[in-house]
Amino acid sequence: MRKKLLALALALVCAALPGCGGGTQAPAPQDPAPASNELRVGIAQDLDDTLDPHKTVAAGTREVLFNVFEGLVKPSPEGELIPAVAESWELSDDHLTYTFHIRQGITFHDGSPVTAGDAAWSLLRLADPQEADVAAVAALSAIASVETPDAATLVLTLSEPSPEFLSYLTAAVLPADYADQDTQPIGTGPFRFVSRTAQESVILERYDGYWGDLPALERVTYRIFENADSILLGIQAGAVDLFAHLTRTQAAQLPEDFLAAEGYMNLVQALYLNNAVEPFNDVRVRQALCYAVDVDALLDLAFDGYGFPIGSSMYPAFGKYYDPSLADLYPHDTEKAKALLAEAGYPDGFSMTITVPSNYQPHVDTAQVLAAQLEEVGVQAEIVPVEWGAWLEDVYQGRNFESTVIGVDAANMTARALLERFVSTAGNNFINYHSAAYDALFAAAQSAYDDAEQTAIYREMERNLAENAANVYLQDMADLVAVRKGLQGLQFYPIYALDLSTLYWAE
Amino acid sequence: MKQGMKYGMKNQFLLAGLFLSGIVFAGIALGAVWTPYPPAAMGAGKFLPPSAAHLFGTDQFGRDIFSRVLRGAGTTLSIALAVTAMGALGGVALGAVTGYFGGWADTALMRLGDALTAFPSLLLALTAVSLLGPGSKSSLILSLGLVFIPGFARVSRTAYAAAREANYVKSARLMGVGRGRILLIHILPNTAPALLPALTIGFNNAVLAEASMSYLGIGVSPPEASLGYLLSEAQGMFSLAPWYALGTGFLMVAMVFGVGLIGEGLGKGGAAEC
Amino acid sequence: MRIHLIKAREGGRAGGYVLRRLGALLVTMLAVSFLAFGAFSAISGSAASLRLGTQGTSEQAAALEAEMGLDRPLLARYGSWLLGFFTGDLGTSLSYRQGVGELLAGKAAVTLALSGLSFALIAALSLPLGLLSARLEGGPLDGLHTAFNQFCMAVPPFFTGILLSYVFGIALKLFTPGAFPGLDHPRQAARHLFFAALSIAIPRTAMTVRMLRGVITSELRRDYVRTALSRGQGRGAVLRRHVLRNALPPVVSFLAQTMAEIVAGGIVVEQVFGIPGLGRMLVASIGNRDYPVVQAIVVMLAFWVALAGTAADLVNARIDPRLRFSQAETGGPAA
Repeated sequence: MRKKLLALALALVCAALPGCGGGTQAPAPQDPAPASNELRVGIAQDLDDTLDPHKTVAAGTREVLFNVFEGLVKPSPEGELIPAVAESWELSDDHLTYTFHIRQGITFHDGSPVTAGDAAWSLLRLADPQEADVAAVAALSAIASVETPDAATLVLTLSEPSPEFLSYLTAAVLPADYADQDTQPIGTGPFRFVSRTAQESVILERYDGYWGDLPALERVTYRIFENADSILLGIQAGAVDLFAHLTRTQAAQLPEDFLAAEGYMNLVQALYLNNAVEPFNDVRVRQALCYAVDVDALLDLAFDGYGFPIGSSMYPAFGKYYDPSLADLYPHDTEKAKALLAEAGYPDGFSMTITVPSNYQPHVDTAQVLAAQLEEVGVQAEIVPVEWGAWLEDVYQGRNFESTVIGVDAANMTARALLERFVSTAGNNFINYHSAAYDALFAAAQSAYDDAEQTAIYREMERNLAENAANVYLQDMADLVAVRKGLQGLQFYPIYALDLSTLYWAE
Repeated sequence: MKQGMKYGMKNQFLLAGLFLSGIVFAGIALGAVWTPYPPAAMGAGKFLPPSAAHLFGTDQFGRDIFSRVLRGAGTTLSIALAVTAMGALGGVALGAVTGYFGGWADTALMRLGDALTAFPSLLLALTAVSLLGPGSKSSLILSLGLVFIPGFARVSRTAYAAAREANYVKSARLMGVGRGRILLIHILPNTAPALLPALTIGFNNAVLAEASMSYLGIGVSPPEASLGYLLSEAQGMFSLAPWYALGTGFLMVAMVFGVGLIGEGLGKGGAAEC
Repeated sequence: MRIHLIKAREGGRAGGYVLRRLGALLVTMLAVSFLAFGAFSAISGSAASLRLGTQGTSEQAAALEAEMGLDRPLLARYGSWLLGFFTGDLGTSLSYRQGVGELLAGKAAVTLALSGLSFALIAALSLPLGLLSARLEGGPLDGLHTAFNQFCMAVPPFFTGILLSYVFGIALKLFTPGAFPGLDHPRQAARHLFFAALSIAIPRTAMTVRMLRGVITSELRRDYVRTALSRGQGRGAVLRRHVLRNALPPVVSFLAQTMAEIVAGGIVVEQVFGIPGLGRMLVASIGNRDYPVVQAIVVMLAFWVALAGTAADLVNARIDPRLRFSQAETGGPAA
């Protein structure tokens, strides 16, 4: 099952799409063909954020930093955890004590050796909810003690067994007490950070002291096309070699020297509803919206039919955790929607706002289609586009919104990463979901050490979210990557990441 | 430069301007109550080129662009009118009082006005929006309206200062007419020759300022899309649907051009005077 | 000539005028910067605690405010901030966590280049076109020409920009819209900036032409022109030798005000062409509520405009010393 889905996700569309307009001519004179060891990647989002991987919450920033940082372990394209900073590890029989052996000779980008102390410092920093600005990882609070018997050995003792614990150790290992991580990040990844110019570019270079196979590319320049309108212009004019997360409309206009590689974005796109504000504090209203929304029509209108409809906070790449039946829980039914609205005391509908980050066109498009669909059941939706920073501040942190269209991804390959945020007390429960049953299920999942049992509980939690219509779940978006012909080695990950280390130019 | 223009020519500008604006504004007014298709209705073919059924073609959701542009122009128009009204009311009130009574308040306010008008209006408006909180229609109108006050104040101040010593005002004063009445009933109609062209210029500036701000994403937002927002959307689809940007842009140009011609006909079109 | 004689006699007072004008510039800049600083400080205090998000405690907020220096009196903060324009220390961007000075240095250069190029285009286009326009006065093409002028004023820079970037960027491949090559590639950068500058210049050139035509035609009706013409001097020669010189001062003041319009146009056009200048940074920072960046950019742009105005006054005073005693004229009606 899982293999099959991954195969689907990895499928490449190798037919060249027809170019359009004047887009098929030679690149503009100022953009000569790239040198064989360089790559220019287009990104749609400015990294207007801290570059400290423990602090940033923006998926776009994480996607770039994926190449700069590694944890004790790191994810593989298949979703497995493979050794990174830690060369190997042992788990005690009581499932409580992990002993990690730091890789011999591994260094940070400044050349200093990575010690067990650095790893311990990094994990403790993330576990500490008091640490200013750091997005604390609650799962790491299970660490009861940290010991570093020598510079190459890290011993973690947990307060209780946790089958998913290892996947949280993908969190970046940073040099202890390095002060400039916000702007001059230093990690252990295959690429080192060189510079960032706001609204223009981010430059990475191959780290020649990397412990693993050296990447073929020596220098990667991310060019920022913050204005969604100019993305295609940049591709057509030949200013970039690779651009991830294109829309269908954009992919249809690719010039002849580009291919469109296709996968899934691995995120949960939904109309997220603030469950604490009227009228979304009424489950009938939320369900009514679910019935009112026609996901298939949405995909047809805004995504040319591509995208994977989902019904809860889980996407197919998660394999066993994913419950496909939930996508059919609310078939499109305007009559039922109206009836539910009337029952909830809104026979004539109501007005609401949908806040969307304006720099990301697919979400804006989705909101427009949703607004049109909701109007059919009498709900007047006003779309409020905001800058990404304002979205983070008002919606995500301030929880001051009615509804928002956004894609929520998983920071690592655990069901917990997607589901924990809806626990009543979770700091990142931005929709203010509150369900005692859900909280109890989550607690049960944490104490279940048997994998099958735990999986069943997680699936139950997904059902809880779907049945209570916590959000209007939409889809896992199709991910289209424009790749210049000749560039090989692109790999899709089950998390939001673009791995530069495997890319190379064919002769 | 007034005397250089022949009267007949000016009348032609006025007529042409009234004709063009008449068509444009009648269309926009009609668009407020009726459009060929509901502006938000999706589902016609995507990116259809202009045809009899869809004058400006359709967009990425198969919405009728002509209907959307008409409705968007209505939003732009209503904001521009509100901004012009706010600027004119505030400016005339300020200009009347300072121009007629003079004194230190006059000097101080006019100095401040001079200083403000020397700065880019868009920069002032952006600053004001930033302070008031971006993204809402009311803060957009308030910001632009405030920015437009000094310009109107200057024009009407000059007119009022000149009228202060005019014979009809002197005789009104001698007859014991109250100050408010003199300012409103006696002088105001006589400032029309200066004020009307200023209104046309102010209106055009308001249209362009609103469109600029919405283009930048700091003005009004969809579904209440104004022309500036539509243009920013159209820019991303230029190679697929050039008619989207062209249709939107030309309606905006027609709006401003028509009123500019009227202003020209009234004696002082478009440009800043010196 | 006459002008030179007067200048020689008033040589001593010219220095005084320059000093007075520079003094006024200084006062303006202080006022503008203080207003901008005060206004944004008033709202960014709350932004400091917002930064901490939902998990922040009030002690943490207070600590952060102290760290950001927000607990000192306003005037003290203003003083050190103002100094920052010389030392480069303008505070830290809330979103980039980077020094504002460091963040904006490169952007300011791009914006300066763009507005300088726009200004050059306007000046270079409007002088010959203005003369041509004055010649058309009263002729058969007069009405058409005036209407065309109005039309050019009606086309907003960002619409021109969209058209230009499609035609010259996508179709003709003369530059890459959205991918500014950077000032360290001067030739490519100049090509990119040229089209952006052109879209700013078109409506403003139309206005300048219009105003130049007014000045020239009224000058042409003066007695000395008739005298010169009756003496048999050619019309073109009279225009060049006498009329233009007398028409210049108001044109220079007008062009100085143009800098305000250029800066305003630049904010929008930078967005259209994807030019990473102060304007684009300003728009993004307003959306992100990154107040340290917004206030620095507002003040930088205002300084630049005020500087251009002062420069124009000084140039005018050189051309025609009589102007030193009249008030500098500013602004057109209604913004």
